[in-house]
Amino acid sequence: MADNTKNTSENLLEVSDLHVQYRTDDAIVHAINGLSLRVKQGEKLGLVGETGAGKTTLALSILRLLPARVGEITQGSIVYNGDNLLDQPESFMLGLRGKRISMIFQDPMTSLNPTITVGKQILEVLDLHFPELSKADKSEKVDEILKMVGIPPSRKEDFPHQFSGGMKQRIVIAMALIAEPELLLADEPTTALDVTIQAQILDLMRELKDKFNSAVILITHDLGVVAEFCDTVAVVYSGRVVEYGTVEQIYARRENHPYTSGLFNCIPDLTSNAPRLVPIPGRMADPRIPIEGCCFADRCPHCTERCRKAAPPVVERDGHGIMCHLFTEGGER
Amino acid sequence: MPAPLVEAINLRKYFKTAKGMLHAVEDVNLKVYPGKTLGVVGESGCGKSTLGRTILRLHQATSGQVLFQGEDILKYRKKDMKKVHLNMQMVFQDPYSSIDPRMSVRGIIAEPLEVCGALSDKKEINERVEQIMELCGLPANHANLYPHELDGGLRQRVGLARAMAVSPKFIVCDEPVSALDVSIQAQILNLLMDLQDDRGLSYMFITHDLCVVKHISSEIMVMYMGQVVEYAPTEELFRNQLHPYTRALLAAIPTVDLSRRNRERHTLTGEVSSPINPAPGCRFAPRCPYATEQCRREYQLREVSPGHFVACNQCR
Repeated sequence: MADNTKNTSENLLEVSDLHVQYRTDDAIVHAINGLSLRVKQGEKLGLVGETGAGKTTLALSILRLLPARVGEITQGSIVYNGDNLLDQPESFMLGLRGKRISMIFQDPMTSLNPTITVGKQILEVLDLHFPELSKADKSEKVDEILKMVGIPPSRKEDFPHQFSGGMKQRIVIAMALIAEPELLLADEPTTALDVTIQAQILDLMRELKDKFNSAVILITHDLGVVAEFCDTVAVVYSGRVVEYGTVEQIYARRENHPYTSGLFNCIPDLTSNAPRLVPIPGRMADPRIPIEGCCFADRCPHCTERCRKAAPPVVERDGHGIMCHLFTEGGER
Repeated sequence: MPAPLVEAINLRKYFKTAKGMLHAVEDVNLKVYPGKTLGVVGESGCGKSTLGRTILRLHQATSGQVLFQGEDILKYRKKDMKKVHLNMQMVFQDPYSSIDPRMSVRGIIAEPLEVCGALSDKKEINERVEQIMELCGLPANHANLYPHELDGGLRQRVGLARAMAVSPKFIVCDEPVSALDVSIQAQILNLLMDLQDDRGLSYMFITHDLCVVKHISSEIMVMYMGQVVEYAPTEELFRNQLHPYTRALLAAIPTVDLSRRNRERHTLTGEVSSPINPAPGCRFAPRCPYATEQCRREYQLREVSPGHFVACNQCR
């Protein structure tokens, strides 16, 4: 993104030109390839993309939780409140994770420890980050957060398997929020849930976000969820942000990256009556092979010679950025 | 109206559990017409998959009838069921676990032909496999690949090709696109609709996604905890939902339409209660804002306008 160095004071998180690789036995997988984004205090950013776009890798990179020896950040910086997280010692990260930045994982069924009562699991966060609190204070805080997410505190002696999927996700949210983090990374928090429960969880996250004024990065593949929850959107494809802007700019559908338009066209919508969906042909490029030109060229209806040769720059107008040759000088638009 | 291809009458499926009888499907009546799609919608645990499997006799029904072209297939003996399965097939939700990882694509698609005895000559089988692969958009050179070499979209095409191999008239699609990315989901939905146009197939399309079901179905059945709460032609259902659960379900769907962003929402409170030894009456009553004493006593599906059935005592 062009003006990454500006507004440093306002931005809570600035990811610049991030490159992440996974080294496997037979190849190097280029998961993130020059991704940049910014999040302001209290902002709700929706990170949209399909499987394999690098969304979860980004969240893990921010927390420096990439699998050791396999995942590696090869280039770029992640500046959080003025500190480049990539230069910090592990002890610094330990104080950050769960306290100032917390994460909600996709699958509530597997992200809780099945052998520990939920009360104890929530308490763990406080034991780790607020050792100065008395036992009674901690216990009171646990009760308070459970009430806030709509679970009777009397159930804190229960084990995860005694709860339904929606309730487990509430517990995970309680764990993520008990330390009142400045930044919440929510990785597909509602994907595993039914729509009526999804609506409840989104309402809950909205309420809690207003209460603590945390910034949220909501990772999802669901454009509808983003429209309902977020202020700003970053569309990720092949490990790059191909389009970013406010929800209004992107959902107006006047100017979009061809990939974003493709996404809009292929979701069946309740309000439209189109007889056929327009799928995006092909599939995402093999991340093991570095791409020279535009990462979307193979699937793009507007692809030209230029797209295959040179990677397009990001063209930004009023904070709405699109990474596409169509919008550069000499492009069609 | 032509005669229905598949019809279920008072179909019931209970499971015995340690805690008591689990009422998974309760007195369901449905009709699927030739060349049409019946969408079955509901949240996880509402019995929609069990219903699909019971219709194909993958589960043995507790009581009721399933008619295929007027004949009750629940009375058939096991060896006669093979003939039924030449006409009734299924596509499963998870393309990762529903195909055998140790069989090649060719083997997977050929298996139903061999099992149901549709074809016996090896050459004929190979020819049919190739035709079906082309029909389902699988490149011919994928025939000798194994499932782990394919991505989700291609695997789901293999699952569909396996169902299509015996040229059935009716396919139960159990959440066939839920595990796929949106761009791939659109490819599979289009393929399903093309096959329907070409071959006059009938589908029972099971999903939790109302947007998908609106797109593909001619009629929709909404289920809640084993009971049918509303059953209507698609357009009628989206124009005029009557059951409070259908309304809540529709209101809960996030949409890309920003004008609906800050709409008044009636989020359902509470969660689905247990279907084990359920109380009589409407099972939605504990979560329903309009529930009365009568609702807790009786459940009845009534026809409020031609083809539109609702199980709610409050709407007339």
